[in-house]
Amino acid sequence: MIRVNPKGEVWVFVEQEDGRLHEVGLELLSKGRELADRLGVPLAACLLGYNVEGLAEQLVRYGAEKVYVADHKLLARYQTNPYAATMVQLVEAHEPQIVVYGATPLGRDLAPRIASALRAGLTADCTDLDIGEHAEPSSDETHENLLLQIRPAFGGNIIATIVNFDRWPQMATVREGVMVMPEADPGRTGEIVAFRPRLSETDCPIEIVDRQRTAKRVDLKKARVIVAGGAGVGGKDNFRLVWLLANALGAAVGASRAAVDSGWIEKDHQVGQTGTTVRPALYIAVGISGAVQHRAGMAEAAKILAINSDPSAPIFQVAHYGICGDLNDVIPRLVHAIKAKG
Amino acid sequence: MPLGMVVLAKQVPDTKKITGQAMNDDGTVNRSALPAVFNPEDRYALEAALEIRQRFGGTVTVITMGPPAACELLREALFMGADRVVLLTDRRAAASDTLATSYILSCAVRHAGQAGTVDLVLCGRQAIDGDTAQVGPQCAEKLGLPQVTYVEEILDVEGGRITARRNVGDGTEVVRCPLPALVTVTDTFQEPRPWSAKALMKCKHARAPLELEREAAAAQGGAAGKAKAGGKAGGAATAAERKVAQAVAKRAEALKARGLLIEQWTLDDIEADLSWCGRDGSPTKVKRIQSVVLKGSGHQEFQNTEEDISRLVHLLIEDHTIG
Repeated sequence: MIRVNPKGEVWVFVEQEDGRLHEVGLELLSKGRELADRLGVPLAACLLGYNVEGLAEQLVRYGAEKVYVADHKLLARYQTNPYAATMVQLVEAHEPQIVVYGATPLGRDLAPRIASALRAGLTADCTDLDIGEHAEPSSDETHENLLLQIRPAFGGNIIATIVNFDRWPQMATVREGVMVMPEADPGRTGEIVAFRPRLSETDCPIEIVDRQRTAKRVDLKKARVIVAGGAGVGGKDNFRLVWLLANALGAAVGASRAAVDSGWIEKDHQVGQTGTTVRPALYIAVGISGAVQHRAGMAEAAKILAINSDPSAPIFQVAHYGICGDLNDVIPRLVHAIKAKG
Repeated sequence: MPLGMVVLAKQVPDTKKITGQAMNDDGTVNRSALPAVFNPEDRYALEAALEIRQRFGGTVTVITMGPPAACELLREALFMGADRVVLLTDRRAAASDTLATSYILSCAVRHAGQAGTVDLVLCGRQAIDGDTAQVGPQCAEKLGLPQVTYVEEILDVEGGRITARRNVGDGTEVVRCPLPALVTVTDTFQEPRPWSAKALMKCKHARAPLELEREAAAAQGGAAGKAKAGGKAGGAATAAERKVAQAVAKRAEALKARGLLIEQWTLDDIEADLSWCGRDGSPTKVKRIQSVVLKGSGHQEFQNTEEDISRLVHLLIEDHTIG
């Protein structure tokens, strides 16, 4: 752990693979910018890899005032140990007050290893971050300007706010898609700081024998409109109605876990706590009752339209518009009305 | 060379079965109202260990940290085929966050290693009550072991190395890692095996000493419990208390002879440094818990008629939501 350092910077670990930046790092720069401004400290990005200097300028355009670049051939492919060792060395050298990571498979493999090595706190899979104070009941002390780490727990049934006031840095992984993607500003300037990590071959015990990447067929995160079907759709055949409506709107198709588990649609389409978190302009929930796990992934949509035959379905309580009725009537009527207006 | 394997497993409240009644009025979780289950991905981790034992030889020890009720999980592990099970139970471990939990478990793994080498530690990727996925990697760091997370298939264990397929979200990765190592297992691993009828018949009587005390006290009736409290205050053990203690000792001995006494460890047994455990050992503190409240503001209802639906579409086009 490092000392409590209220002048410390706010850091974002940015993930890259094969020279491409992962979007979650950019999303975190927008949130990081806000946190750093509230605290009056600089925002820095940490970029690890090999031959990645070219990406540093991009990070400046997305809001980083400083980019720590650890460029080393042992960091060419992600491996837990050399990446963790590099981050631990960086943290110990510069004593940031906050370090955030994307809650991606990589981020959730890496961040706990760093936290354990630093003996610092870490909160997993946050859906929001804020700055605030905490009155500690065990000591009667009030700690100001702490990172409030907000996350769902117990399967999304509760929202917990977590703080770490004495074993810094304050660290969290943040769910993809919940922070707003910032606009790149070519006018921004920043400082690029080269960092030479102390690494040796013994830091890389693992050999990567093979890698297979399955290209995502659906990109729900980018969709402006999503039509999603749930258990209430009733069957694989009926799911065609969901596609029909989506096609009429030029929308992407989403699904609840129940629909995916029933085999009506592939898992790529799943929205919710164990699927993708989306924030489209319009989310149409067809036959989705609205369990907390599903709402966790779509409640941030600008507009929600719920279509359900059960008037007591909880989805109606989060929806802006509701149509109570059988989707076999409602969807053809909607498609007809859309085609008539278009 | 047979492998020494340790599986770390947790008993968790079944978060899928949460209903309104499972939340207290103050928004905290009423754990006692929820059924306790074997954390799903930990069951896959046990399956992975049993699969490795079957193919390459070895022994499987399951350790769980929790109250005596977690022995239910240990018995299930025995029914699936675990060789040795351990209850790690200590009130001073309560309120541990993931870092403190990892520290305690790492001490337990080291302690388990005194009876034979530990080549592989396995645990589920995450537990369904917290969904943090932090304990595996943190435990690996504490033990100084390399970690292979999100394992969905064991391909080979040979020449002191394990080869496994990882599920990395947008694809898979096959990695080879020297042993000893720690792996976390996902629910895309092969389905856990069913209980063996033979193991069930043999192991259903397995008990930990704390369970025996409770059962004996219950058999003596409420009087024994009261007598125990009074005995402490007065110094001398009452006849009822002595009777309970004798019954416990007798049963424990009989179970031990049949290999059915569940090992029970405290933080002292595993030589844990208490300043790293429980609330004191936990850097993260819960500031606030809120139960999820539905928003439900500005809701507009439309009838399932052509006119109403046309009006809705018009509205969505008007405010540029669609079109």
